[in-house]
Amino acid sequence: MPESFANPFPVSRRTLLTTAGAVSLTAALAACGDSGDTGDTSPAAAPVSQADIDKAMSTPTELTFWTWVPDIDQEVALFQKKYPAIKVNVVNAGQGVQHYTKLRTALQAGTGAPDVVQIEFQAIPTFTITDSLLDLRPYGASALKDMFVESTWAQVSGSNGEVWAIPQDTGPMGMLYRQDIFDRYGIEVPKTWDEFAAAARKLHTAAPDIYLTNLASNEAAAWHGLLWQAGAKPYATVNKSDISINVNDATSKKLAAYWGGLAKEGVIGVEPDFTDPWFSALNRGKYATWLTAAWGPSFLAGAAKSTAGKWRAAPLPQWDASTTSSGNWGGSTSAVTKTTKNPIAAAQFAQFLNTDPESSKLFTTLQFFFPATKALLADPGFASQAPAFYGGQQVNTVFAGIGTTISPSFQWPPFLDRAVTDWTETVGKSLAGKADTVVALDEWQTRLTTYAKSQGFTVKGQ
Amino acid sequence: MTATTAAPYEVSQRARSTRRRPVRHRAAGPLFVAPFLVLFVLLFLAPLAYAAYLSLFQHRLIGGTTFVGLDNYVTAVSDPLLIRGVLRVATFLVIQVPVMLLLALLFALALDSGLLRLARVVRLGIFVPYAVPSVVAALMWGYLYGPDYGPFAQLSKAFGLAMPRFLTDGWMLGSLANIVTWEWVGYNMIILYVALRAIPHDLYEAAAMDGAGAWRIAWSVKLPALRPALLLTMVFSVIGSFQLFNEPNLLQRIAPDVIDSAYTANLYAYSLAFTSQQVNYAAAVSFLLGIVIVIVSYALLLTANRRRSS
Repeated sequence: MPESFANPFPVSRRTLLTTAGAVSLTAALAACGDSGDTGDTSPAAAPVSQADIDKAMSTPTELTFWTWVPDIDQEVALFQKKYPAIKVNVVNAGQGVQHYTKLRTALQAGTGAPDVVQIEFQAIPTFTITDSLLDLRPYGASALKDMFVESTWAQVSGSNGEVWAIPQDTGPMGMLYRQDIFDRYGIEVPKTWDEFAAAARKLHTAAPDIYLTNLASNEAAAWHGLLWQAGAKPYATVNKSDISINVNDATSKKLAAYWGGLAKEGVIGVEPDFTDPWFSALNRGKYATWLTAAWGPSFLAGAAKSTAGKWRAAPLPQWDASTTSSGNWGGSTSAVTKTTKNPIAAAQFAQFLNTDPESSKLFTTLQFFFPATKALLADPGFASQAPAFYGGQQVNTVFAGIGTTISPSFQWPPFLDRAVTDWTETVGKSLAGKADTVVALDEWQTRLTTYAKSQGFTVKGQ
Repeated sequence: MTATTAAPYEVSQRARSTRRRPVRHRAAGPLFVAPFLVLFVLLFLAPLAYAAYLSLFQHRLIGGTTFVGLDNYVTAVSDPLLIRGVLRVATFLVIQVPVMLLLALLFALALDSGLLRLARVVRLGIFVPYAVPSVVAALMWGYLYGPDYGPFAQLSKAFGLAMPRFLTDGWMLGSLANIVTWEWVGYNMIILYVALRAIPHDLYEAAAMDGAGAWRIAWSVKLPALRPALLLTMVFSVIGSFQLFNEPNLLQRIAPDVIDSAYTANLYAYSLAFTSQQVNYAAAVSFLLGIVIVIVSYALLLTANRRRSS
């Protein structure tokens, strides 16, 4: 299940219990307070004037915001302090599949949907295909482009330049490794995937209880990140109904042969991640590396306390030693739903939350998010943190560097949930069962193509 | 209210009812039933009707909604994933339900015999798993089954024994059956136990006078008297088995390569609706599953009744 596609911070989450009924009621009440452009369903291309914005931001308004981020009330409070007329109701509607299912249901019902919603990068096309998100360009979002890392901004941009959401946090992929295990078995930090494979064999031969890494057989998100790094373009949306699916192209096959081969040899683990056995494995040193994203360092520091001081961070090994590239795994945004009765206030809130210096900085110090803005990535207070868990290494700087090596041309499919499930049942299953992963890729391709056609898409690229 | 005061009241009630009943009293029956009926219509009939309505359409991400009549049903009856799921739960049913009911029966008889020490503690002990939500139970067993660091694995490692890989393809159905049995034995035991308590003691005395021992009484008096209760538990178990969802859904997280999104018929319907966004097809699949349950339950009742009358 794509559960771990969700923001991977299953720490104590503040649960704000608000019934769906109460939400729709407040939305209806909020509608009464709105005096501006109600009934405008198609996104106006013409920008909203500053006078309109000023008026909207001083009119008493209630916004509903669905998010799973713990303690986000503190960032929200900053917004409310600046705009006392706007009241933001923060609702925790769950995480991952649960969250999106509720959102989809509310949107379909036409009532009860939030004004602003937390949404992961990879889920954006799933909601733009159903015309559920508001294009934020008329509300001044285009001007924010240069504040963000290029590949991050590309993730929230539509094919016609629409701005579907404001980035909140990101996940450039890198490698966390156990310095002590590397030292004990004489392993150099692998720079290329060939070196990585050699190290995997060497380590497992020397210590049969230890594996160089675990490629989780349930983690389609990690696979997509690795595909991204390798330069694959598994999905491309030409226009709304024409898509191309290429999850078994030459690049993907190279990846499948590599990882499937290591799994078959039994020199890497293929355990499902974010499960009890997996946490236990990280704590007990069963795995010498974790190929993860920029949110991984602080997550691991909380999840594997007993291994403090032994970990270090490095970029992913490369396919081509002469260039460096990486992929993205995780991170999320704030989007505005098309059903909102207060588009101006909602759009301003989404922008403020993620670009206001104080608010966006709070995400890095309170929630330990890996930031999406260039300013924060360069901020000495963030970049020069040297956590003891990583032996005083400046891990944020490592990942900030990786962030600039991510290609901006990767696209997500408009039916991500299905792609993830099918991946788990084909490619993931072949890894876990030590079967032929390259054959599994073809099966994945067939399943996705069949599904896309049944949903009315014209599938190209095959 | 004691018997002495109740009796005259009853008499006067009856006397009054032979005359013309006041309107207020005539409305009492429907009024008492009304809350149930309202909820029944709102929470059961209305969703059912809506699902039936939905199952006649097809919604595509591109192209929107179209009326397709019974097309979804036609697709579903020949859908290999659905058939596989139904056959799997049928297999599960044939193995798990007899084991569970036999255990429940043995415990109920043992408790009823009065020979058990600490009967109340035992009764509670067997019943407690039922009070544990199935989600929690599945998580707990998932941990126990763990192939690496699970307690069973640790134990067998300590003794140098080979442990069954509970979460592999060959074992999974058995592992699920074990969880379900653990959860539901207590519930079924209570039903059977209550039925046993309701058997008039005269029968036991009569049997004892005819020279029957404890075993003979259990076999010839208690078991026949338990038949309706056993049938009830059987029908519940059949319905429960076909609806198997929580346990596989949770174990899927730790064994994604074994439990796929169509592992059981119910899980398949769920995946169709929420990961594939094929709500209409999911509605048709659910309806077909409901029909299968009705047929199997009815067949069970029919054979039981026929046997009784013969």
